[in-house]
Amino acid sequence: MATIFGSGIKRREDPRLITGAATYTDDLKLSGLTYAAFLRSPYAHARITLIDISEAERAPGVLAVYTGAAVKDRLVPVPCAWNVPNCNLKVPPHPLLAYDKVRYAGDGVAMVIAESRSAARDAIDLIEVDYDPLPGGVDPEKMAQAGAPQLHDEVPNNVAFTWVVAGGDAERAFNEAEVKVEQRIVQQRLLPTAMECRAAVASYNKGTGQLTLWVTSQNPHIHRFLCSVMLKLPEHRVRVISPEVGGGFGSKIPAYPDEVLVSLAAIDLGRPVKWAEDRSENYKVTIHGRDHIEYVELCGTRDGKITGLRTKVYAGLGGYASTAGPGIPTILHGLVYSGPYTIPNIHGTIYGVYTAGTPVDAYRGAGRPEAAFLIERLVDSFAREIGMDPIEIRRKNFIPADKFPYTTATGLTYDSGNYPAALDKALSILDYTAFRKDQAEAREQGRHLGIGVVSYIEICGLGPSQVAGAVGFGGGLYDSANVRVYPTGVVRVYIGGKPHGQGEETTFAQIVAEEFGYPVENIEIVSGDTETTPQGWGTYGSRTTAVCGSAVKVAAQRVKEKARKLAAHLLEANEQDVEWKDGTFSVRGSPDQSKTFAEAALMANLAWNMPAGMEPGLEATAFFDPTNFVYPFGSHLCTVEVDVETGQVHILRYVAVDDCGPPINPMIVDGQVHGGVIQGIGEALQEIAVYDESGQLLTGTMMDYAVPKASQMPHIETAHTVTPSPVNPLGVKGVGEAGTIASAACVVNAVCDALQPFGIRHIDKPLTPARVWAAIQGGKDGNSGKEVAG
Amino acid sequence: MIPTSFDYVRAESLKDALKVLSDGDGSKAIAGGHSLLPIMKFRLAQPPRLVDISRLEELKGITEKGRGARIGAGSTYRELLESELLRERFPIVVEATETIGDLQVRNRGTLGGSLAHADPVSDMPAVMLALDATFNLRSKRGRRSVKAREFFQGAFTTALAEDELLMEIILPPLPSGAGTTYLSHDHPASGYAIVGAAVVVARKRKAVTHAVVGLTGVGEMAYLLRSADSLVGSNGEPDAVARVAGEATTGVEVNGDIHAPAEYRRHLATVITRRALETALERAG
Repeated sequence: MATIFGSGIKRREDPRLITGAATYTDDLKLSGLTYAAFLRSPYAHARITLIDISEAERAPGVLAVYTGAAVKDRLVPVPCAWNVPNCNLKVPPHPLLAYDKVRYAGDGVAMVIAESRSAARDAIDLIEVDYDPLPGGVDPEKMAQAGAPQLHDEVPNNVAFTWVVAGGDAERAFNEAEVKVEQRIVQQRLLPTAMECRAAVASYNKGTGQLTLWVTSQNPHIHRFLCSVMLKLPEHRVRVISPEVGGGFGSKIPAYPDEVLVSLAAIDLGRPVKWAEDRSENYKVTIHGRDHIEYVELCGTRDGKITGLRTKVYAGLGGYASTAGPGIPTILHGLVYSGPYTIPNIHGTIYGVYTAGTPVDAYRGAGRPEAAFLIERLVDSFAREIGMDPIEIRRKNFIPADKFPYTTATGLTYDSGNYPAALDKALSILDYTAFRKDQAEAREQGRHLGIGVVSYIEICGLGPSQVAGAVGFGGGLYDSANVRVYPTGVVRVYIGGKPHGQGEETTFAQIVAEEFGYPVENIEIVSGDTETTPQGWGTYGSRTTAVCGSAVKVAAQRVKEKARKLAAHLLEANEQDVEWKDGTFSVRGSPDQSKTFAEAALMANLAWNMPAGMEPGLEATAFFDPTNFVYPFGSHLCTVEVDVETGQVHILRYVAVDDCGPPINPMIVDGQVHGGVIQGIGEALQEIAVYDESGQLLTGTMMDYAVPKASQMPHIETAHTVTPSPVNPLGVKGVGEAGTIASAACVVNAVCDALQPFGIRHIDKPLTPARVWAAIQGGKDGNSGKEVAG
Repeated sequence: MIPTSFDYVRAESLKDALKVLSDGDGSKAIAGGHSLLPIMKFRLAQPPRLVDISRLEELKGITEKGRGARIGAGSTYRELLESELLRERFPIVVEATETIGDLQVRNRGTLGGSLAHADPVSDMPAVMLALDATFNLRSKRGRRSVKAREFFQGAFTTALAEDELLMEIILPPLPSGAGTTYLSHDHPASGYAIVGAAVVVARKRKAVTHAVVGLTGVGEMAYLLRSADSLVGSNGEPDAVARVAGEATTGVEVNGDIHAPAEYRRHLATVITRRALETALERAG
């Protein structure tokens, strides 16, 4: 039988997705269904002086109207679940509906429940609210200064935390350095833009006291826990179901007020309540990503050895600390400052700052793209400063392949890696020397070509639970699988993760199929219902294959071990004489005496003839907790042409070489890389959430916020090296975020390379034509100004 | 994204439609709905009644009119793209239409709807100006014709009265030896023009005999670039072209927004105008 692990079979989930047969939260129809709509603050920062709901309450079809004052004693404020230690973190209460102050435009002020969606929406316009507007601001650097408008009384200067990462002696390294480069970098706010907006349906059974909440979640078990806390309901009375989830990119990790409020209404009314965002609401209230203002420096020797890295980062948190908000710019960002390089001295200070904007949380890559971006920009800048080629400087500073496991100055231990191999592979696809020649010739004709190179590492496969506890993450980071074999031999696998686009219904089936000698058709992967799946911690941080997939593997092995014992018994052979070959258990030396896995499964479920002491049934549950994170890596190359008259950037080629260990399904790995690269290109060239002075989101629709379209994107050339991880039985690393981590920096590096003749060292993302043109004009928008010979 | 409640009537005849529009209650005509429905969903427009004109035969068809063409205002973008007549006589219309929206938008959106909406960043007003189109309007009160250059009066403002329907667009024949192009630099999200230039030139041997440039996206409405006239009589030399392009925004209050500050848009207008002129001149003669 051909091996199924490692084969690029088509995604089994796709037929229902592309034929419209999938059931999303908003597709649910329950008897007696009612609808919720929210009144959202039009002000970024204001005191609420009056709310009058009387007219709304009398409107046709309206069943109930809730205000912040009415719910505040009934509900626990939205918890922050990542309380990063040793940084004096201050988390002021986040009320589910604002009752005294609003802290971003979109903050919930009231909820209407009505018989129809339109009646709920119409009634929103009938609620009268008087606001006393206060000064605000969404710039995290400005909001952290003395005298800035104060958002929360208990957080002076809006500084939620000051977190320091340090290793070696950065101060000394900089004092003694031969060469120093520095840069101010703005990593703009981004809107995650999952194709499916958020939605929730709550239904309460008065007889049993059970709440069922269907919600667009990447982690239903975390939602169960956090919703039970906020609702003050025992956790076993809350069932969370995430049906089909249409993408998340991190935005469906957090617990939000909306789903808890519709749950409260369902309990009060004894009727199910549905709420679904439209895109404008999604852009206003669903978390945003990135939002750093960084002052970064790198130092080294004249011959190209990096000796130190120093940062000061203002990380915007938005109006409240979101579920994982404080962990993103700290643990997932500062700890990876070494990248793929041997940087002996590192010091970073991260200020988490409350701003009068939408809360900021995990967005694809979450902290790591920001780290890779600043490192890779600085390395290019350093190379240019000393006149060294950007490829050569990377090679010179790579952690050597024979030094793994490798402990960085920040205290991480990289599991495995071979960084030069990935770079070599990328260079074997794109002829660097020939491109440099073309570039020189083009420059003579007045055309501006550029090439960008990026080498990155990623911390993912989150992670050991013990580490989760040590870094203040309010949950475990193991994951789980229950493999259940039916009498006819077919298999259902209940997992703790919640795939929402990553293809695990296919790849996990491949893991089990490989183990049992089965076609994947015999296996179904079930996720999303806390009632049927074992405790897990969800799908984010490129963790599900490495952690939950390992649980699947371990559970399948346990099942198979039992099947082997049973097969030996049925074959009347010693267990050690039974071998697994060509998908059957057979007696060594007598291949005609054999039992298939399905035959063993049938007997296990019938239990007519079992070995002494063996229980009937064939299933196993495994909880897998890795011993370390996994550290995927790779090198990307990108070539561009810049139309210097219009500032338009054209990507000519994009080469991505990623190492995620052995690919379970190479086609799905490539798909993940494509999606990731494209999101990074969007970040590099066109995506930015813009607020005006008063804190209004100006890019509030898809007419203004430029999500990449297929026709705007280049062909992506993918290739892989394979360096297994020693920390899980599959040897796999994550790949969901890799593309995004690498590509934003790669494209910006390429454009800056193209614009060398203009003396441009850096342009802040996104490199829109207007910004590129302004940089070329030497305007302030370009943040250029450093004259470099070109 | 739920509009306020409204009544809907499907006009079975032109007479019906004109009657509804003459009621003076703020009723709006709807065809493809691609401009009107989004602003209704944002509740920026709250018409009490929509009259659906998409089945009116009088608004359909793309036919010869003299040596030019007559385009029914209800023609969809897709119908423009599929018209052999337009492809042959007015390729600029097809070229501009290809840049509009996506397949679904082109299947539903209509030329008349876009022109009546008069979004300052839409493509077609510039094309109509460059082609010197005439718009035939009709109301219960009667008929009248308005030149494209008089039709557009400001952002989302036209000569169309509340009770009037845009019936058809008349395109006069192109001059002999004509070369045309529509070139736009679009915003990556909306697809709307940050700057769009519609150019119609004609040459006899080398000499330029006709030069018209319509620009969109730049100011509060599409406009004709007056300095284009100065090309007539020249041989379309780079200097002459650059001079015209350099005047692209003279006397125009240039839009500035988060996507393109005014300074950039002003510069871009000269670049796009120059490039469009170069292409059209190459095609002419």
